[in-house]
Amino acid sequence: MQRLRFLVRKEFQELRQNPRLFGLVIIAPIVQLTMLGYAATTDVRDVPVVVADGDRSAGSRELIARFDASANFSVVRTVTTTREIEPFLESGSAWLALSIPAGYGEQIDRRLPAVVQVIADGSDSNSTTVALGYATSLIGAYAQELAVPDAGAGGGGGIDGRIRIWFNPQLESRHFMIPGVLALVLLVITSNLAAMAIVREKELGTLEQLNVTPLRRWELIVGKLLPFGVIGMVDVLLVVAVAVFWFEVPLRGSFTLLFALSLLYVLCTLSLGLFISTISDTQQQAMMTATFFFLTPMIYLSGFIFPIENMPAVIQPFTYLIPLRYFLVIVRGIFLKGIGLDLLWPQAAALAAWGLVVLSLAVARSRKRAA
Amino acid sequence: MTKALAVCRKELRQIARDQRTLLILVFVPAFFLLLYGYALNFDIRHVLLAVEDRDGTPESRAVVSAFINSGYFDLAASVHAPKDVERLLDLNEARAALVIPEGFAREVRSGRLAPVQVLINGENANTATTVLGYAGTILRTAGAQFAPGGVQLQPPLAVEPRIWYNPELRSTLFLVPGLIAYISMITAVASTALSIVREKEIGTIEQVRMAPMSTPSFIIGKTIPYFLIALASAALIIGASMVLFGLPMRGNWLALLLALSLFLVGALATGLLISTASDTQQVAFQLALLVSFLPTIMLSGFIFPISSMPRALQLVTYLVPARYFLIALRGIVLKGTELSHLLPQLAALALYAVAMLSLSSLRLARDRG
Repeated sequence: MQRLRFLVRKEFQELRQNPRLFGLVIIAPIVQLTMLGYAATTDVRDVPVVVADGDRSAGSRELIARFDASANFSVVRTVTTTREIEPFLESGSAWLALSIPAGYGEQIDRRLPAVVQVIADGSDSNSTTVALGYATSLIGAYAQELAVPDAGAGGGGGIDGRIRIWFNPQLESRHFMIPGVLALVLLVITSNLAAMAIVREKELGTLEQLNVTPLRRWELIVGKLLPFGVIGMVDVLLVVAVAVFWFEVPLRGSFTLLFALSLLYVLCTLSLGLFISTISDTQQQAMMTATFFFLTPMIYLSGFIFPIENMPAVIQPFTYLIPLRYFLVIVRGIFLKGIGLDLLWPQAAALAAWGLVVLSLAVARSRKRAA
Repeated sequence: MTKALAVCRKELRQIARDQRTLLILVFVPAFFLLLYGYALNFDIRHVLLAVEDRDGTPESRAVVSAFINSGYFDLAASVHAPKDVERLLDLNEARAALVIPEGFAREVRSGRLAPVQVLINGENANTATTVLGYAGTILRTAGAQFAPGGVQLQPPLAVEPRIWYNPELRSTLFLVPGLIAYISMITAVASTALSIVREKEIGTIEQVRMAPMSTPSFIIGKTIPYFLIALASAALIIGASMVLFGLPMRGNWLALLLALSLFLVGALATGLLISTASDTQQVAFQLALLVSFLPTIMLSGFIFPISSMPRALQLVTYLVPARYFLIALRGIVLKGTELSHLLPQLAALALYAVAMLSLSSLRLARDRG
């Protein structure tokens, strides 16, 4: 036990001697929080619209004013013909074009059905879908207003859809993304740093020296990994504090449970770091392996940004191999839904199993090497 | 120049020896594109829907089938208690729930507005917004058939939507250029970020310090081999996206090559700057993640629209080279934009590359004393 304490102290000393690294492990979560808290919004606001008003009547101006008044759109320019809108869409200075045909105002006045055209730039299909939805419902609402005087009071029948959003009623992307930072930052800090710290000793040849000391194998492993685990848990506190007090993400569930399960997750990421270190000879290889084979797949395939349900059925089974997947369900569940271990135990069990498998793989590999 | 070439030759030999790194740099990007281009999309279909039909009449069943037949919703479960709905939403076994109250048919038949409730899991705001739109449209259409006399009034104003450049709104066509930018960026930065700091850690930097050559020619010699590798790998992934994902090529190949080269040089130089500014490889790796990988995903307009970000963050995006590269890439391949319309983007990329190269030269020159 005492030997272990010495080793841990040595590791912390090494970290202290490297103040830049120390600063980075504190700054990294803050930068990630800022990016994900402020940038990662898929809400679409101020969509630039170019209008081709072929009518130039009071009716067409009324419709354009509706667009300009909405927070979702801002009219960048009004031209006369449909042909003139092309350069706007091509250069990207407008995403949407509203084309009002000649005679529109007259048709509206005579209560004849009128048609307007909305042209969207499909090259950013995600924002376009949202923007088109806004445009359709804006015009739909306007049409209803135009129609109501005819139909008389009551409107007559139909369904009143009372739609309610649970867990995140304001539909803030932030509430979805920020708990995810917890998962990402732990992965980046603990597994990558731990992997590189071990490979570094290999590269410099000091691992040999540690191998011939009376330290036992597990002491060496625990001693190398523990400091990064501690840093990771400090980052957990930091991220939760910023999320709750600065970004005002509701923490509806138990903090103790969150902390305990984060600890479980950190064991997984540390085991992963150890595993990466056993399959790399140089830090460059460790970095490449970590970035390409672990970090990137985990960001893209865990449901962090892209919903797993949307992925093809062939890919979905592979996402079960990603520990981030389970941890994301856990953090989002605790933060937004306030659910407890009674519902989250399958995720916790999966994490524990994953951690055990990877840890034994790593230990088996390092033992073979030492022999 | 001969000195730069000498550095270049030495670097190539070193790359050739570390075959795993070389293989990762050349082939993994193409594999990634394949995987992610196939796996990722924002097209939301098959939303799992829980149904609680307390009315159980032909009318209420018509509303349920309107949801299921729309193709957007899949029936996850039919339940009878509000508690079951809650449990299904909590466990993510349903993304949305439709609750039809008792007396629905009576209300509808008597020509009054009949309420139904739709619950949507709002965790993922993006998905929820789309589901919200689907549900509203389906209810409006389903409601119209119950209108008195069954006559559907023609709306006084109709919209005719048209989509240019990507008429089916395939999110693949939108994501693949972003993936090309992201993959090229990380390949390029990862290949140079450790190159100089490694020499510092091992101690061979002393030799670099003594070498009778100017710092810029050393930097250029370090960049050229990785530029060739990055260019080959980028060409491979662009070719693969055209063959496999039907990415069109509506513009000029030369313009594409120009934009790509400027972007890659900028990315490689970013890696070099990181490398010269760090003392250990660990620091270099963390810096690379922070200043190049994450901004390329988050702040380039790859996934999240820049116009929706807060003003201060929008200013930061001007420092992200992927932002300019994406506009140029999407413009060239999807829209066939003329080179002359892309001059501001190309100028920004060139400026970024020159700035990064000079900064890393200056930084290294300071170290060489």
